This record gives sequence, C-alpha cells and structure tokens, in this order.
Amino acid sequence: MKLTKEQIEQIATLARLELSEAEKEQYATQLSSVLEYIDMLNEVDTSSVEETCQVTGLEDVVREDVVVSTDEETRQKLLTAFPEKVGNLLKVKAVFDN
Amino acid sequence: MNLNELTLVQAHKGLQKKECSSVELTKACLKQIKEKAHLNAFITVCEENAMQEAKKADELIAEGKQQLLTGIPFSVKDAICTKDIRSTGAAKILDNYVPSFDATVVKKIREHGAVLLGKNNTDTFGHGASNEHSMYGPVKNPHDETKVPGGSSGGSAVSVAANMAVFSIAEDTGGSIRQPAAFCGIAGLRPSYGRNSRYGAMAMASSMDTIGPMAKTVEDIAILMEVMAGQDEHDATTVSQSVPKYSELLDQDIKGKKIGVPKEYFELEGMDSETKQIIEQQIDSMKSQGVKLVEVSLPHTKYAIPVYYILVPSEDSSNMGRYDGIRYGVRTEEASNLFDIYTKSRTVGMPEEVKRRIMIGTYALSAGYYDAYYRKAQKVRTLIRRDFDRVFEQVDVLVTPTSPFPAFDIGGKKDDVLAMYLADVFVGPAALAGLPALNVPVGKTSTGLPVGLQVIGRRLDEVGVLQVGHWFETKQ
Repeated sequence: MKLTKEQIEQIATLARLELSEAEKEQYATQLSSVLEYIDMLNEVDTSSVEETCQVTGLEDVVREDVVVSTDEETRQKLLTAFPEKVGNLLKVKAVFDN
Repeated sequence: MNLNELTLVQAHKGLQKKECSSVELTKACLKQIKEKAHLNAFITVCEENAMQEAKKADELIAEGKQQLLTGIPFSVKDAICTKDIRSTGAAKILDNYVPSFDATVVKKIREHGAVLLGKNNTDTFGHGASNEHSMYGPVKNPHDETKVPGGSSGGSAVSVAANMAVFSIAEDTGGSIRQPAAFCGIAGLRPSYGRNSRYGAMAMASSMDTIGPMAKTVEDIAILMEVMAGQDEHDATTVSQSVPKYSELLDQDIKGKKIGVPKEYFELEGMDSETKQIIEQQIDSMKSQGVKLVEVSLPHTKYAIPVYYILVPSEDSSNMGRYDGIRYGVRTEEASNLFDIYTKSRTVGMPEEVKRRIMIGTYALSAGYYDAYYRKAQKVRTLIRRDFDRVFEQVDVLVTPTSPFPAFDIGGKKDDVLAMYLADVFVGPAALAGLPALNVPVGKTSTGLPVGLQVIGRRLDEVGVLQVGHWFETKQ
C-alpha cells in the first residue's frame, strides 16, 4: 500500500513539518516500504498476549506534589534561552489570527 | 605511551603516583582532539573549561582528595545535557542551546572531579546507526576513514577509539552504544533500563532510552558504572536496588557458567562470513574454561526490527514535539503566525532522518492506526521479552555478534532506509526487553576493521555481563 500525496501532506501538517514536493514523493515511497516491512508483524498471533508498557516492574512511583523554587542563577539562564522576549516575558506570535 | 592513550585505570594510577598531572593528561587529550579534528568526533570542544577543571583536579589530588575519576578527561554525547556547555543533540534547532543543568549521570561524574573536554557528534537526537544523519556532518572511523563509526554514538566511540578522551558518556536506545563500540573496537555498555538515570538525556524513545559508558576496557566500564548507576528522584523509572561494586566482582572465574548461544543470531541472511567466523572462534575458546555452552532459541528475534521501527518512531514523534522554537533553541525569523513558528523552525532545524521518523510515528499513532501498529508492536515486544525470560532460566548470559557486519562505507547505506535499520538487528532485541548488554572488542577482519562480541544478561545482572566481557578482554 503506497501512501498518497494527500496522506503525506496530512501527516506533515499534524507533525508541524513543511515538505517540498520532492520530499513528499520521497517520504511517500520510503514510508510505504517501511510500513510494508512492518506488516510482517501480522503473521504473529498476539490474540492472547498483553502489551509491554514498561520493563521495570515498578508500580506507583509517586512524590509529594510540592512547588520547588528555582535559584536566581538558573532562572536567568532559562530567560537567556528564550528565543524572543519582552522584559522577562517570553514573546510568541498571537495564538488566534485576528 | 602517550598520556592520552591511557585507560581509566592506568590514568587513575598515574595521577595517584604523581607520574602525571590532570593538566598534562588534559593537554594531551586536547592536542589529540586538534590533530584528529578531521574525524569530526566533536561538535563542541570546551578547552578553557577543561583546563580549569584539570587545575582544580590537580589541587584535589594534592590535598589527598582523589576519587576514582578525579582528573580524568572525558567527553559526553551531545544529546545529553551539560550545564553551561552547549548541547545541540546535533540538531540545528538547538544550535544555540546551553542547558542550565547537568544530566544526573554527568553531574555524578563531574562531582568526582572528572574533566569535561567537550561534546560528541551523533546522529541527530540519536536517530541513526551510522552517524551520517548529523546536521554537523558525518564522523569518520579511525580504523578506516572511508568507513562510518557506527551510530548513533559515533562521535563518542571515535573520541575513545582515537584516544581523544579516556572515556565517553553516551546513550543507547536500540544499539547506539554497542554498535559504534563494535565498529570502533572499544567497550560499551547498555545498562538495564532503570539502572542509570535518564534525566538530562534528550528523550528519543522513552521506554527504551538508557545512558551508559563507552571506554577502552571492560574494567573501565565497571568503574564508571559504580559512579553512574543508582536511583534518581528526577527519573521515576530508576530502580532502588543497591549498586554493586562492579570492578571488584570482575575477576570471578567463569568456570561452571552456563553460556547461551542463540542460534537466530548466527543464521541471518547477508551476515558477513568473516565476522561470523571470528565470533564463533571466540565462543569456542570458552569451552576450555569449563564453561557450559548451550545452544538456545529466541524465535521472535526476527520481529525485533519491525517492532523497534514502530515503537521508536512513535515515541520519537511524541518526544520531538518539544522542539518547536518557542521556549529555547533557534526560532525562525520568517514566521508570520504561530503555526509558522512551529513548522518553519522544525523544518529548518531538523534533518531528514528525524523528519522521516516523525512522519512514520505520527502516522502510526494517528486515529485508526494505533491498534494496528503501536499496540500490535507492544504485544510482539512481550513475546520477545518472554523469549529472553525463558532462556535465562537455563543460562546465565547470552553471547552473540554485536553487528552482522563490520563498519560499512560512508554513504554506502544512506539511501536504503531498511538496510540501515537492519544494522540494529542484533542490538535491538535486548533493548526492547530492557536487558543489560555489553560490546567487547574481540578481533579484526583481514582489512583491519574491529569485530565486537555482545554479552546480554538478565535484568540488572550487569555483574554477570561484565564478568564474561572481562574474560574475553583478558584471556589473550
């Protein structure tokens, strides 16, 4: 089953990626071959098998829900890492168009 | 012997006996990094920082406060965060990212007084098996510069193999420590999932990611694990079991051990015959030691790669969501709205292989496909785990080749996505089961390329794995 150009475009939008026409064609081919390969899992009977969600066997690892303060030095470093800012506030584009 | 060629144990003794200083060791490593710059093993070299740390280490040693790692120069894979030192993950979207914290394992090592030389090149965010998928260029194998070093931790492997660093801290999701260790002829351990903290590693596939050591010898690996392992409040998947004194348990006689040889690892179509022969000879050599070799079967081995290539891109695509140009990293200047910031920053800042995995994962997790792909793969993963559980009732450890072939040509498999994924065929299964697995170099091909043997152990039995690895290393 080869993925269509429309499917590739939809996946790219969901994943917030911009693809060139050549990339769309390339990914359609490559994704299809990977999916075809993955299809071999269908020959395995898993009707009575549980999923593996974790391998440690740990259960209910909890901690107190408390606020931990950050020292001023770390705070400044985090602020410095902002791509754009106004004062100490992170600047982003408007969430809504108008 | 040049100072930069010393193992961790030799360097530690040299410092202890005042035969050399940390400043001298560090200078020797920095000089080698410059001379071997064309191998492209480093993205960032922090010379000034290293010299300061070395001076401080020499002061500590003079005061009689030397610990195991004090004054030893090391490097860290760039997909692991280091405080105040740029950590890009080999992605342009993090080209300017300077973490405000150290990953827990890096913190522990630096608290011992080890000297951080710099950050190693890698496939971007660990996505690859050849180190060709780095936005900072491919890394070359020091044994043959036309060959790949393996990946994703290729820069780390080369920094150790080419004597630029005494050891390196790297990350293994599905083989990223063991396979480059095999290609470059060094030791590398993927610890049991939960043994070492993952805090500060740039997450790739969270249910499989581990941080482990790469070094010149298995003995060095054992020492490093003593410092690295243990529970961490910042990683809820770390286990509370106490950390053994690995280095003191290495020398145990392997006589009487039951060693499993899984037949599926020797029947692979397209396997390099010389690699197979070298590994079989090595395994044979154990017989004279009173070891019981048992042929075992792991029937679901062939499904490990398809399982891996559903689970990893799925978890990847979710983890990659954090790189959006909003709170840190490089934000595009061409965006006219919020959607554009995400899309354009990610498109420019991530390489092809990362995008490919995000695409596969997004598809596999999207509505209507989750059961068919992710859930199905998690079920087959259970069968792979049961295979291991069953054989570990009969044997103590498993021995296998680490890779079906030695290092391949740079560019040789780059466009064949599936061929590249098959490079992980022998390292993927243990990762899916969360087991400890070690690469130990055991020989070279006729063209001089290293061949590595893999030792896989029971969950949390790093001791058993290291003992057998150490035997291979010291038997000659």
